[in-house]
Amino acid sequence: MLRIITPEFPPVRASFTKLAVLAIVCHCSTAADAQSRARVDFSRDVLPILSANCFPCHGPDDQARQAKLRLDTRAGAFHTERPVIQSGNSKQSEFVRRVSSQDPEVRMPPANSNRQLSPHQIELLRRWVDEGAVWSGHWAFETPRRPEVPQIREDAWSRNAIDRFVLAQRKHLLLRPAPEAAKESLLRRVTLDLIGLPPTPDEVAAFLSDDRADAYERVVERLLASPHYGERWGRHWLDAARYADSTGFETDAPRSIWKYRDWVIEALNDDLPFDEFTIKQLAGDLLPGASTADRIATGFLLSGPQDGGSEPARLDAVVERMNTIGSVFLGVTLGCAQCHSHKFDPLSQHEYYKLFAFFNAADESVLELAPPEQVARRDALRAQLAALIAEREMFAAKLAAGTAASDPGYQERSRTIDSLKHQIPQLESAPVLVTPTVPRTTTTFVRGEFSKPGELVTPDVPVVLPPLAADERTRLGLARWLVSPQQPLTPRVTVNRIWQQFFGRGLVETENDFGVQGARPTHPELLDWLATEFVASGWRMKSLHRLIVGSATYRQSSHRTADADAIDPENRLLTRQSRLRLEAEAIRDSALVASGLRSLKIGGPSVFPFQHEGVMLNRATPAEWVASPGADRHRRGIYTHYWRLTPHPFLQTFDAPDSLTACTRRRTSNTPLQALTLLNDPTFAECAEALAQRVLREVPDGDHERLDRAFRLCLGRLPAAEERPPLVAVLSAVRARFATSNIEAGDRAAWTQVCRVLLNVDEFVTRE
Amino acid sequence: MPTNAIIHDRRHFLGQSLFGLAGLAGAPLLGGELDTSPLAPRAPHFPAKAKRVIFLFMLGGPSQLDLFDDKPRLRELDGQPIGDEHLARMKFAQIMEQRPSLLGSHVKFRRYGDSGAEVSELLPHTATVVDDLAIVKTVQAEEIPHHPAEVFWHTGTRQFGRPSLGAWVNYGLGCESRDLPGYVVLQSGMRPRTKGSIYAAGFLSSAYQGVPLRDGADPILNLAPPASVSESDQSQVIDTVRELNSIRHRLTRDPETTARNTAYDLAGRLSKTAPEAIGLQHETATTLARYGVDPAQPSFARNCLLARRLVERGVRFVHLCHGDWDHHSNLRQGLTTMCGQTDRACAALLADLKERGLLDETLVVWGGEFGRTAVGQKSATAGIGRDHQIAAFTMWLAGGGIRAGQTLGETDELGCFPVTPPIHVHDIQATLLHLLGLDHKRLTYRFQGRDFRLTDVGGNVIHEILA
Repeated sequence: MLRIITPEFPPVRASFTKLAVLAIVCHCSTAADAQSRARVDFSRDVLPILSANCFPCHGPDDQARQAKLRLDTRAGAFHTERPVIQSGNSKQSEFVRRVSSQDPEVRMPPANSNRQLSPHQIELLRRWVDEGAVWSGHWAFETPRRPEVPQIREDAWSRNAIDRFVLAQRKHLLLRPAPEAAKESLLRRVTLDLIGLPPTPDEVAAFLSDDRADAYERVVERLLASPHYGERWGRHWLDAARYADSTGFETDAPRSIWKYRDWVIEALNDDLPFDEFTIKQLAGDLLPGASTADRIATGFLLSGPQDGGSEPARLDAVVERMNTIGSVFLGVTLGCAQCHSHKFDPLSQHEYYKLFAFFNAADESVLELAPPEQVARRDALRAQLAALIAEREMFAAKLAAGTAASDPGYQERSRTIDSLKHQIPQLESAPVLVTPTVPRTTTTFVRGEFSKPGELVTPDVPVVLPPLAADERTRLGLARWLVSPQQPLTPRVTVNRIWQQFFGRGLVETENDFGVQGARPTHPELLDWLATEFVASGWRMKSLHRLIVGSATYRQSSHRTADADAIDPENRLLTRQSRLRLEAEAIRDSALVASGLRSLKIGGPSVFPFQHEGVMLNRATPAEWVASPGADRHRRGIYTHYWRLTPHPFLQTFDAPDSLTACTRRRTSNTPLQALTLLNDPTFAECAEALAQRVLREVPDGDHERLDRAFRLCLGRLPAAEERPPLVAVLSAVRARFATSNIEAGDRAAWTQVCRVLLNVDEFVTRE
Repeated sequence: MPTNAIIHDRRHFLGQSLFGLAGLAGAPLLGGELDTSPLAPRAPHFPAKAKRVIFLFMLGGPSQLDLFDDKPRLRELDGQPIGDEHLARMKFAQIMEQRPSLLGSHVKFRRYGDSGAEVSELLPHTATVVDDLAIVKTVQAEEIPHHPAEVFWHTGTRQFGRPSLGAWVNYGLGCESRDLPGYVVLQSGMRPRTKGSIYAAGFLSSAYQGVPLRDGADPILNLAPPASVSESDQSQVIDTVRELNSIRHRLTRDPETTARNTAYDLAGRLSKTAPEAIGLQHETATTLARYGVDPAQPSFARNCLLARRLVERGVRFVHLCHGDWDHHSNLRQGLTTMCGQTDRACAALLADLKERGLLDETLVVWGGEFGRTAVGQKSATAGIGRDHQIAAFTMWLAGGGIRAGQTLGETDELGCFPVTPPIHVHDIQATLLHLLGLDHKRLTYRFQGRDFRLTDVGGNVIHEILA
């Protein structure tokens, strides 16, 4: 048991504490803030009110601006002809008079805006003005400064700096951290988190019998070195990269892009520093002496949906690439500014197109990876095919309308064409970015319409962020700028997303919106410490993972207690871990591993596991789903072929992203359709049967021992005493139907039922 | 089929305690306050006029000026620049022209039915049921871009992650059917821009979230157990899963586990009842033709017919989404297409519900996240369109508790602004809850230290619309 009894936890009346905690939790602020509650903080308290209520008419959008007043910049708020804010004097401030007026004709926001300030908000604004109306930038746009790690006296709990920040945050609150998770639970958690697979019974046994003080750290090192680490974290990254194996839109044509997927897996396994990881994906083609791998990395920008080769489609794709960078690296929604200046965040439409210009100067090309003679042969066959199709059309044109399909000559030609189609080999290739030979100029587009070019723009970054030198305004320069030391957003957004994977929620809950309307960090100092630590340690993702999973905060039990739930039901103070439902791929992977069916081959073209008939019918353009032969049916989910128009139903049912836009956080739903899938889907029936046979094979005798084995395989632990009788009842019920002469068949059927139960329990699909 | 044969009355339902775990012999209770299933039926705050809702959500914002709100003056002034008085108050999503020009409707309107309501020639079938509708012409929304507007319509706020209307309704009333989810989502055409955000349960239990059915020939996959598994085997597996979950829940106290038990219970029932409930082979050729359904093809019409089958069987909230009505350009062609895909089926749904005696207790709501502007949005490459308009647009409501055959609210001669008091989205939401017997101010959920409700801090029941 961990104890924290220090003078910093004074005995406080419980009711008082609860109130104090509630106040803090609802304002999402911090314990440190509580001390400085006296002063209103502009960025924390005032800016969110202004942006939500005033910016729509007095913000960055100059088309929507009313009364020539803008309140989103210091200059706008103070340096007008008649300043509406008098620092230090709310009584003389028109601003305060308008927001607090009782007269509906005078009051701001106006009645027809349907926005209304609460008395608390009005009071905050008044106090802010009286306290001197100190103006500062939005916190997320300021370069993070490395905070001091708090010193906690008599702290027997903390394992590293993370814990000291977490503890400092809750030190006034009398909330004790949860105890460390049980060893089995911890092993299953960290294994699923780092490699996306459940631990094997041997791994569990080894960990349980390892009494060394650093037994856990050894497990972490083993997992970080596992080649499956790259698959797990690669899948998270591919969500953000909206990776899919087809183009989307109506045609949803197949595309060969798996080389990029494999590049991601390998880069993560190699612990390629995140700055290089970023630069290669945005501009690998522009690096001096770019290698084939560097060029393949640019698949990141190209993996989005693509609607054919027209100019509007190209521009749409460029917009989509930019929006992806907005969500994934900057954590801001750039999309709004495509059509109008951003209503809340300081991004003008002009600046949007300046960013757009970087990506407008890059085109998609196909990098052939097969030997040139194979490429030449394939191209010759393609040309032959095109000629045959053209000839058939000319032939058909001479026939009477509607008779082509039944005409022998036409049929003969069609057969030839079909047979030639099957002879065309699928060669390895990858989409890559290239610089167009003829330089392309960029203009703004009036209200986002590509048919309405506006003024010419040159590439540059938004003024609210650190500047980019004039001679570095290339795509490569932009990529380097995103991971430059003074960049405030990329490191924060990245560590926050990684944190989110380990705790279910980021320190900033709105992981793709660090803008003014986004959530405030629950632990601002921890976020900045992690961001600066990440950069200082050379952008090493594995170091960051080691740090997080090594913390006492991570190692806490995820079980809830009534006391903590009453005070902090959302666990914003991190007084426990979270139970997280596994992602679609991890659920199937776990079943494949538990049953022993899994093929753990890494990389290669995408595969086609079992899928119900009929799924491919709902397509404008036909496509096939022919189940892969042999072991390829049982590969990890990351390798399942993803048709954007008709994704595999299993992936959809368990909330895999649609790959249409960058997904930085998966939704987790809990529906009867999921229950039906785990109960009845042929893949899971197959896993249950194989698991049963495995248990029977590996444990020669004894229901008790076999149940132990089945639990170890599925849940990484042994059954509790009270969990046995219901399962023994299942065994008896099934066996009763089999004659005594057929014990073997009875056992198989009975254990298959038990295994179906274990693949369906909540704990199986949950990381505890 | 008589409704009562399918929908179990509440007393019978509670007596069986099928959603509560007490019905499972030997199954342990989940302990403390968690022992009642979230889907157990609950009494409304006051007697309800409607028991179920079919929400026909028209994604993208249909043009009220070409469908319901005829403006002869606008037609006269077609092509004239809009005047200062209007321009100063108008908000646009995309139009950046300093002074856009008015765009009169290209379609003809006529008055129909005893109520004499105006309907566009684009909606010939809806025109036949106008006496069943209450048409509201002054609906007002808050958000001008699609994403927040969609989310606002369904959750009462622009913030993502809050519970949807359908989730609130099931939270308030529980589930009427033992065998089907309380909230089913049927999508055709374009998908919502904010995807599952509009049918999510937010901070409410996951048991309340919308269950989206597939739009193909198999709306629910994996309904049947593996061939080797008998019905009793399947029941035993489900019961054992639930029992083990309950044991684990005592340790973890995670409410998701309770929600998963509810899902497994429902899954077991769905296996038995859903094939019949969603099987269009039970419908006559006449009915299929009336809705315009080709059973093999996904369509809005197919979903309307499914919606009738689902409400007939006690599904509390059926949520249809269809689009795209976002006609910034090519308004003429786009409206013809969208109306062609929806008009016949909407009218057939109302008439069918009425004939079956279901319309009295089923509330049907039609509308989009906003309407469209009286000024045209020009395009260099495509036909003219209309931009988003949030100040006034049209919706209709029909069925349970609605005073039919009336038109509510009036807009100015150009159709830009209301001249009668506007009806806010929150007002529609409050009214919808009211008809279901729920007070929107009392239907709250405590989260992060404060009480949340669907209508946030707004919403007034529209009394004029009530029967």
